[in-house]
Amino acid sequence: MTHSWSAAHKTAVLERMLLIRRFEEGLVRLFEQHAFMAHYHLYIGQEATGVAVVEALSAADRIATTHRCHGHVLARGADPGRALAEILGRSTGYCGGRGGTMHLSVPELGFIATSGIVGGCIGLANGAAFALKQAAGDAVVAAFFGDGSLEEGVSYESMNFAALLSLPVVYVCENNSKGALGSVGGGFPTSVSAVKDLTDIPRCFGIPVETVDGRDVEQVFAAASRAVAHARQRKGPVFLHAVTERWAGSQPLWPELATGETDLAMAWDASRISGPHAAWYGQHDPVLLYARQLLAAGVLRQDELAAMDRSVADRIAAAGQFALDSPLPPAGALLDHVFA
Amino acid sequence: MTRMNYAGAVVDVLRICLREDPRFAVMGNEILGLGPERVQFEALQQEFADRIFFPPCSEAAFTALAAGAAMCGQRIFAHLGLGSFAYPAFSSIANEIAGAHYASGGTIKLPVVLHLCHGVLMGGASQHSESPQAMFWNIPGIEIALPSSARQAKGLIRTAFRSDNPTLVISHGMMFGAEDDVPEEDYAIPFGVAEILREGRDVTLVAMSRTVGTALTAAELLAAEGIEVEVIDPRTLVPFDRRSLFDSVARTGRLVVADETRLSCGVASEIAAMVAEEGFDLLKAPIIRVARPDAPVSASPQQEAAMVPTPQKIAAAVRRVMGHG
Repeated sequence: MTHSWSAAHKTAVLERMLLIRRFEEGLVRLFEQHAFMAHYHLYIGQEATGVAVVEALSAADRIATTHRCHGHVLARGADPGRALAEILGRSTGYCGGRGGTMHLSVPELGFIATSGIVGGCIGLANGAAFALKQAAGDAVVAAFFGDGSLEEGVSYESMNFAALLSLPVVYVCENNSKGALGSVGGGFPTSVSAVKDLTDIPRCFGIPVETVDGRDVEQVFAAASRAVAHARQRKGPVFLHAVTERWAGSQPLWPELATGETDLAMAWDASRISGPHAAWYGQHDPVLLYARQLLAAGVLRQDELAAMDRSVADRIAAAGQFALDSPLPPAGALLDHVFA
Repeated sequence: MTRMNYAGAVVDVLRICLREDPRFAVMGNEILGLGPERVQFEALQQEFADRIFFPPCSEAAFTALAAGAAMCGQRIFAHLGLGSFAYPAFSSIANEIAGAHYASGGTIKLPVVLHLCHGVLMGGASQHSESPQAMFWNIPGIEIALPSSARQAKGLIRTAFRSDNPTLVISHGMMFGAEDDVPEEDYAIPFGVAEILREGRDVTLVAMSRTVGTALTAAELLAAEGIEVEVIDPRTLVPFDRRSLFDSVARTGRLVVADETRLSCGVASEIAAMVAEEGFDLLKAPIIRVARPDAPVSASPQQEAAMVPTPQKIAAAVRRVMGHG
């Protein structure tokens, strides 16, 4: 399958990646202001993967995701204000404030569930794929999960079952453990697997696999489009392995803006890149990489990029204010929604 | 005595056990929770690098591994993570561990120590706030300890290490920084012996784990009103010190049980049932449970705060059993 995005589409894709980036940066600031207390997981460094996979999906397709979900819901077009309100536990949030950062989910955008249990979403995604297959039509499911999910037994059981039933599910393994330090110094845990190439796991169930550079949005889109087509044609499950460098701010157990607020000028002015994170700015940051690519190709001018960034920053500032101004659901309503 | 936080006491007793038994091993990630105290674990990593294992996210597998090792005489302290993470390991615990000694006619011994963190955390929402101790209390064959202080943690984990039974030690996820005076020497706190933390003539108030501190605060509030509350911490659910509970209720004639497990089929329910069934004649008033509402935990702060027993809720329950509220 071939595809060529128009200049306007490429610009829109970059804008969505930038929106996720500024959303997550804003979230760190809100945490620092004690606007919420929960342990949380940022999508910084993985924007290209989430945006590209969602680009390859259609409106009728379903999505299951994990605790590292913010980028997925924004990629699918969620309102940043309602997403931030959810993370802050406000009643205007997508789940009325009850789900928070780990269960942020938007059913009207096709999300079936967001699970904070490692591997938790994979079995659910199979169920959605089962339902879609039974219902005829050609809709598919994308299941986003991290490399750690392949340590849980339910992942193996689910891949086996999906292969047996030829379920239309696209397993999107976001492997963000490249360069990860792991538990050293109380840091964020990383992959603990005897399997060196994670695609060996789905392969042993006969599931087709593809590994892509998760930093490269157009490469991920091409691979995701092939994977979605495979599932859409009812050829069974497929496994997309998107590898990204662990962002320095996700090395500690609690996120930190280790690389600062992204300086988009680094996309056109290499002299601004220096210091301990130079490799991140120059080679690994998917937002800067795509901005640099679009500038070089003449798709976008420097001033247009700067204007885009101002507009995104305004949206995120307004979203943050909306969230902060929104009421908390009352304690008296805590028994609502225990049952349908 | 040394001033030490709960995390330090866990490290201290694990060090004693690791030094004593060269085969003893520790397996788990984030054994001291997600707070700043988690780095205190590094001292153990340095001293016992070859006997500290960081398992994959495979709770069912490493729980069963720890049990299988115990069947062959190697004791392992296996940390499952939060209460919710014990659910993937439920089959290993309920099917493989709890009944093994019984089904073998007493020929298999399974001296494994399982550890997990329970309780409502800050923003843990529906999958990171569970207190599953009552579910495990419903499975015969596992000893269950819930330390309420650093001093108890050191002594109860020591007893768990020496037990020939599978034991489950449950720490509250928000308690690792709580400081206490802890004896420097090696000591064990026997299972099945309650601790009376405050004596009082009017009402028996039972609490465990982090709720003990909440209960003591409530008792202070009530003392100012002239109500004298006796605060009892059973320390272990299995075995359970019924004697101390009944002796106290015999003195006070009134019972309030405050606990972070849910109201239905929770820890407070079973304790209330024991006294209702066998101590009815001792009671001057109905028993009141102060427990977690029967709902998942919300991510929203006001709703989350309403899930846990507070000094105010406990004090209101005590006033009701006193006929003042």
